[in-house]
Amino acid sequence: MQEYFLLFIGAIFVNNIVLAQYLGNCPFIGTSKESGVAIGMGAAVVFVATMAAAITWLVQAYILVPLGLGFLQTLAFILVIASLVQFVEMFLKKMVPPLYKSLGIFLPLITTNCAVMGIALICQREELDLKTTILFSFASGLGFMLALVLLAGIRERLAVRRLPIAMRGTPIGLVMAGLMSLAFFAFKGMI
Amino acid sequence: MILTSGLTLFGIGLAAAAILAVASKLLYVKEDPRIALIEDGLPGANCGGCGYPGCSGAAAAIVAGKAPASICIVADAEAKLVIAGIMGQEVIEREPELAIRDCSGGSRAADLFYYEGALDCVAAHQLYGGSKYCPDGCLGLGSCVRACPFQAIQMGPDNLPIIDPEACKACGKCVDTCPRGVIHVAGMSSRLLHLNEVNDCLAPCRQKCPGQINIPRYIEQIKAGDYDGAVMTIKERNPLLVTCGRVCPRPCETACRRQYVDDSVGINMLKRFVADRELNSGKHLPIPCAADTGKKAAIIGGGPAGLSCAYFLRRLGHSPTIFEAMPALGGQLRYGIPEYRLPKADLDWEIQGILDLGVDVHLNTKFGVDVTIDSLREQGFEAIFLGLGAWTASGMYTEGEDLDGVMGGIEFLTAHALGQGPDVGKRVIVVGGGNTAIDAARTSVRLGADVTLMYRRTRKEMPANPEEIVGAEEEGVNLKFLAAPARVIGDENGRAVALEYFEMELGEPDESGRRRPIKKEGSESTMEADLIIAAIGQRPDLACLYDDSDSCPLETTKWQTIVADENTFETAVPGVFTAGDVYTGPDLVISAIGDGRKAARSMHYYLTEGQIPVSKNAQKGMNPLSLFKEIDNVQHKDRAVMPHLCHGDERTCTFNEVEGALTEEQALAEADRCLRCGTVCYDQDMEAQLPLQEHAAQ
Repeated sequence: MQEYFLLFIGAIFVNNIVLAQYLGNCPFIGTSKESGVAIGMGAAVVFVATMAAAITWLVQAYILVPLGLGFLQTLAFILVIASLVQFVEMFLKKMVPPLYKSLGIFLPLITTNCAVMGIALICQREELDLKTTILFSFASGLGFMLALVLLAGIRERLAVRRLPIAMRGTPIGLVMAGLMSLAFFAFKGMI
Repeated sequence: MILTSGLTLFGIGLAAAAILAVASKLLYVKEDPRIALIEDGLPGANCGGCGYPGCSGAAAAIVAGKAPASICIVADAEAKLVIAGIMGQEVIEREPELAIRDCSGGSRAADLFYYEGALDCVAAHQLYGGSKYCPDGCLGLGSCVRACPFQAIQMGPDNLPIIDPEACKACGKCVDTCPRGVIHVAGMSSRLLHLNEVNDCLAPCRQKCPGQINIPRYIEQIKAGDYDGAVMTIKERNPLLVTCGRVCPRPCETACRRQYVDDSVGINMLKRFVADRELNSGKHLPIPCAADTGKKAAIIGGGPAGLSCAYFLRRLGHSPTIFEAMPALGGQLRYGIPEYRLPKADLDWEIQGILDLGVDVHLNTKFGVDVTIDSLREQGFEAIFLGLGAWTASGMYTEGEDLDGVMGGIEFLTAHALGQGPDVGKRVIVVGGGNTAIDAARTSVRLGADVTLMYRRTRKEMPANPEEIVGAEEEGVNLKFLAAPARVIGDENGRAVALEYFEMELGEPDESGRRRPIKKEGSESTMEADLIIAAIGQRPDLACLYDDSDSCPLETTKWQTIVADENTFETAVPGVFTAGDVYTGPDLVISAIGDGRKAARSMHYYLTEGQIPVSKNAQKGMNPLSLFKEIDNVQHKDRAVMPHLCHGDERTCTFNEVEGALTEEQALAEADRCLRCGTVCYDQDMEAQLPLQEHAAQ
């Protein structure tokens, strides 16, 4: 039980997917201007990353490994994740319209998101079993959401501050992301 | 190996494709094809100005019938036609709206960009007190510039946002974003219907003006050389600016903060300057009116209140018809104010501008004789406005006042305006101290008489405009203060020949705040006169309201005025409204105009919604926060002097206009004296301030 807990906390804080592994920087900067948008995007990543890691684990375990095609991992995962996102979008639209409405516009953004892809690949590299994979990918998604919402909160306050013109928008966003990354570095000693 | 890899990837792809294909069949959501069509027709700005989340949301709402085809504020008329075509609807034109910034606070703030979270300057003032800078209005942060999806807002040179009316679509993003609430979105109708509220940014002059004119704004427009813009700003509150520019007693100037530095700003001179520019151009500026509603309203009485009411009803899209008992429109403006103060030609020009908007007129039509409330209702007038005025002169209540050669001030002026004036003879005595008394005295001077004006108190208590009193003196009117008529002495033919009067002295102040005159016993003396004019007061004549059986559906007071709700101006009879002298008793032109607009507002709501909203926050008295007694850091600048157009004999023997207008140079200098006040702030002279601060530091 304790190891699951450590894995969970570690994935959120210590090995934060954005701030420690530097994956998914594009949506991290792009969708962190308003906290409402950031929460929607974060929830969509949590949802898709968990499902993607589980499906790709199955693809790896039951198709690629038996056929000895481990080197096709990346290629196959891209294919699977892209199809999965499309499927999930259709499924939600039909079955859970309220969830589709809140996640709807963010789902296509995630189709080629390297954070989702990265989480799936890390699970394979660490050779986790299915249960741990689901837990780890869920926690990593939460880590992404946490970083995104924090940055959005900071950037909302920055938007009404007096900044040099050259620093407004993305530049100050990157500086803030860097400072947050340094701050998260402090979690390194936790586990 | 290569074959296996290829086949595997192909297999995965095929499986995914198959699953998606099946899923798209199974999970197909039937969407109305019109949603996609409409979404294509919408501009795709996703601005949210329609109130729906993005254009697809709006498209869905249109198809669901929750929104009209014209909901999109960005789409041009053509796109709206396309959308309406898809839906098979007609397009109803929406009134154009615009974002408006009504605060200039930030530019004068010593600590610009400093934000402590109080939502407006009045709140900040109450929290921190005393601030006469305005760090609390527009902060110059530029959040609105970034929020605008249409690049319609730019930061101006003074760090205040400037809104481009061409690009602005009134989506309201800037209103939501502004941390200080200094931007609002309004269309013409909502601006015309707005009554001052306590939370508005109101300079003292704007609070004091009975017409609620946005004075700081039009002075700023004059400063910027936008004279037509200034005229339009005034016309949102007062359609009779040529008139008011000449005759208004200027309550606003008594509230001006500049008076604590040197002298109040010549607000009315500036109004006259822009009004005369329009007048001299000979062309009325085009005045926008809302789309026709087809509602008819009857206006009884074509005086300032009636004209104002008709003008605002017309601009709000209704069809007013004025019924006037006299042979020409204007009421007291025409028949009570003499030619030398307000030339009839100028008044005609101004009234014509109102009629050209589409106001019908029936002259020589007496209310109670030719038309009644019931007959108007039968003719399809859903709302009726009574602006009857106050045309009856009050008597002196002295012996002999019904003799020949004694008449009321307003009767004298009206008779003269109609060209049926009596022979004034050689000596005229005018009794009274108001503007009507002065008008009667100065008119008599022009008719060749030797005039004495008799007033029972002193010059200080005279209600007439000070420069009118000076004008009367300059023209040779003898002022006899502290004298009250005792009795009129007639000759054997029943004609007045002299007035016996008492000397008076001032006692304790009465309820009006003026010291009460007390008769000195045994002080009677007589003064000879050919004509005695009693300009003591006026009251309405309500005889026309009573039918044959002597009953009146309206409630009236002992002062012969009509009773109405003080907020809505609706009388005891639903759908019948009133304003002007017949409601307030004799009052200023600008009060009649302002109340005429308020009545028009009520009639608009009565005609369109049936309910008249009354704001709890309506501004009535002066806001105590806005009243300062001292003004720091403002340099002395002399007030302009109104030039005179004619002198000497031309002035005292003809009815040519006496007062002139400012030159452009003088007007700009006068506009520059305005401190551009807000509720608690005003522009300080920074040059003046620096030495003072250095002085304080030593």
